[in-house]
Formats: sequence, structure tokens, C-alpha cells
Amino acid sequence: MDNQIRELITKHGGLSVDVATLGLDADLYDAGLSSFASVQLMLGLEDRFDIEFPETMLNRRTFASIASIRAALAQLVDASEAA
Amino acid sequence: MSAIGKAEAQSLVERARRVAAVAAAHADAVDRAARFPAEAIAAMKAERLLGIAVPGRLGGESATIAEIAEVCSIVGQACSASAMIFAMHQIKMSSLTSHGEDSPWHRAFMTRCAAEQLLLGSATTEGGIGGDLRNSICAVVVEGERARLEKDATVISYGAMADAILVTSRRHPDAASSDQVMTVVVKGQYTLERTTEWDTLGMRGTCSEGFKLVAEVPAEQIFPKPFAEIAAQSMLATSHIFWSALWYGIAVDAVARAQAFVRAAARRQPSVTPPGALRLAEVSAALQTMRSAVVAGVERFEEAKANPDKLMSMGFAVAMNNLKVATSQQVLAIINHAMLICGILGYKNGTPFSLGRHLRDAHSAQLMISNDRILSNTSNLLLVQKQDTSLIG
Repeated sequence: MDNQIRELITKHGGLSVDVATLGLDADLYDAGLSSFASVQLMLGLEDRFDIEFPETMLNRRTFASIASIRAALAQLVDASEAA
Repeated sequence: MSAIGKAEAQSLVERARRVAAVAAAHADAVDRAARFPAEAIAAMKAERLLGIAVPGRLGGESATIAEIAEVCSIVGQACSASAMIFAMHQIKMSSLTSHGEDSPWHRAFMTRCAAEQLLLGSATTEGGIGGDLRNSICAVVVEGERARLEKDATVISYGAMADAILVTSRRHPDAASSDQVMTVVVKGQYTLERTTEWDTLGMRGTCSEGFKLVAEVPAEQIFPKPFAEIAAQSMLATSHIFWSALWYGIAVDAVARAQAFVRAAARRQPSVTPPGALRLAEVSAALQTMRSAVVAGVERFEEAKANPDKLMSMGFAVAMNNLKVATSQQVLAIINHAMLICGILGYKNGTPFSLGRHLRDAHSAQLMISNDRILSNTSNLLLVQKQDTSLIG
């Protein structure tokens, strides 16, 4: 999952640094993720994992790091598999 | 509201009205000369309105968003430029009260703001960036305990008259353009070199000139929180709410003039309904819609302030964007309507029904943070945001 997240950040994030160099907890906003790009990233994640982020997850914190994105995805993917 | 709370609110309204009376007396002169509304700002300081948002324990009055918005509206009914300066000052103050409490320097500075009634300015725009306040070119350079900052600020409203300026920049010289911090620089710690003038259609008294700002300050004057959080959690919301409140004030005064015009006609010929009476009824409905939008925005922000998740949510950002876009258009439509009622006496300067200044001032509303920029931001958010379908929430 991490690799797929990294791939999507590379594609949509418009970061000023190489995504491969970022740790799981590195702040993506500090790395240059704009609010515009974060929405492109959300759309990319929704498409790739066939999920939809609920309103409660649509905040800055959810997309602040690879780890926080992974945690959000884990909840949604589990829920869609359980359904 | 408790009895004591109500008494304070009333006295705040009374203080604001006294300021508005001063502002009204000089509004035309300020507009004509495009000069700083010194009398109105002095009255704000005398009535101690510049420190009302500072927490009570730091010497202020812990004024609520609703109370500050009410002052914006009251002063806006008298002089748009004075109200805009007050609103911009309070937007900067909200950065301090929302994000400065954990920092000893910023806490002490708030105490100073209340005690000395300091006027806070803002340097968020920059040559090469324009109005996109969430990106910076300049960077703060921290060496040991000192921080140096140079900014080619295309606009610092009332910069020459401010007692302190809150400046955005990149966090360090290698930081991404969106990795920003905000630094408080106090008069005596910076120099300003004027680069552009302010000779505009309206809002002429805000003196929003461009400056090259050079500052050197103790590094502790940099806000500890990233500017992204300050922008999202307090600055954008307070901007849209306080601006909307003062635009509402401009609209209220325009409608009051139209109503006075219709009434004077009705008194002359009590048996005949004046031609403008129907249009007055129409504009009264438009004014009520605008008022409801501002009040709903205030309530939504007060509610979100108590809940960080709501404050950071996309739904909240969309709601605040929509408030700004809607009210900035409503104010123009309302003044235009009032002018149809007042006719040539509204079009002429120097009559009791003149609306030229109102109309010119209100034309700034769609441009300060351009509605096009805001709509494009909202349209992006709507690609993922889920609509709240409830009426009452």
C-alpha cells in the first residue's frame, strides 16, 4: 500500500522533493503539498482503492503524511471488504 | 447571554457607534483625498476597540466573533475604509488569539496590544505571487536567536500607519513555497520603503500601498504554528466574516438612504405611494438575505471554533468561501437597487442620498481575494467534498 501511496503522491502531489526520500511521518505540506494538489491526491486515492473518503476524513490532518493516509485507507478498505 | 454579558455587549455597540459618528464626519474627506482615516482610528483607540479580541486575562475583553462583526458593520455604515482597517486589524488579531497563546512572546505582545491599542497590519502578498497568500517567495533567515526578513510586499494596507505588521514568508531559504511561517515585526524593528501608491476607485482610505519591508527581530517573534494552520483555522474564516459584516454595513446604509428618500416622497404626497416604494420592499428582502448569510457564517464559525475537526474540514472551507462570494455580490446589487430608488440624488455627490462612495467602495469586495480565485478553490474542494443536505444542521 505504501508504494501505491508514494506513486500517487509523486503523480499528484507536486512536491518539491523526491517522494522516495520522505519518511512515513514526514509532513507532506512542509514538502510542498498544496491544498489544490491534496484534492488531486484524494481523487487519485479514491480511484485507485475504489473507496470514497467520508466528510469526517476530508481534513488537512488525514493527508498530512504517508502514515496518516495509510491509516485512513486501512479503515476504508477494511470497511468496504467487510461489507 | 447573562445580564453582565449583555451589558458589555450594549456598551460595545455604544462605543462602536461613537466611533462611527467620528468616521461618518470624515468619510467624504478621507475618500476624496485617499488619506488614512486618522480621526476614526484615533476614536477606535480612545474607545479601546483595537484590543477587544485579546483575552480578558491578558488585558482585553475576549470579544466574540459576533461582537467584532457587529462593530465592523456599525463602522461600515459610516466609513467603509475605517471599517476595513478595523476588520483587517481584527483578522491579524485573530491569528494572535487563536495561535499565539502557547508562545510567551506572543502572549506578552497581546497584552501590549490591549494596553497600548496597537494597530496591526498585514504583509501577505508579494511581488511575483500576487494575491495567493498561501505561497511565498521570501524566506525568513534564522541565525541563532535572530531572524531576518526581506519582503517585496505588493500591498501592506495602512502599512505606514501600523504599529506592527504580521509578515508571511517561507520557513527557511530552502523551504517549499507553501511551507510558510508568520512573523510579528514591531515598529522600530523594520523599515518600509514605499514602492507603489494607492489611488483607486474606492476604499481609498485604506492606503494599501506597496512596500519593501526589511526587518530583523528576535526569532521568538515567529509564530510557532505553521502559517497553513493559521490561514485555515482563523485567517480565512475571520477575513470572510469580518469583510462580509462590513459590506453588510455599507449595504445597510445604502438601504437607509433609499428608505429616507422614499419616506420624504411619501410625506410630500401622503395619498400617493411613491414610485420607489415597491423597489424599497424588494431591496429590503435582498438586505435580509445578506444579513442571514453573515449571521449564519458567524454562527458556523463560533461552532467550528469549538471543534478542530470541523474547523479543518472541507465543508467549513466551502461554507466560508461561499459566504464571501455571495456577500461580495449582494452588496453591489443592493447599492445598485438603492440607487434606482434615489435616482439622480443618489448618483450625485453631496446629497443626503448620495451612493457613489458606497458603490465605489463595495466594488472592492469581489476583488480582495478575487472571487475567481475563491471559486476555483471551491470548485476543486467540491470534487471530493460531500454536501450537507440538512437544513438546520
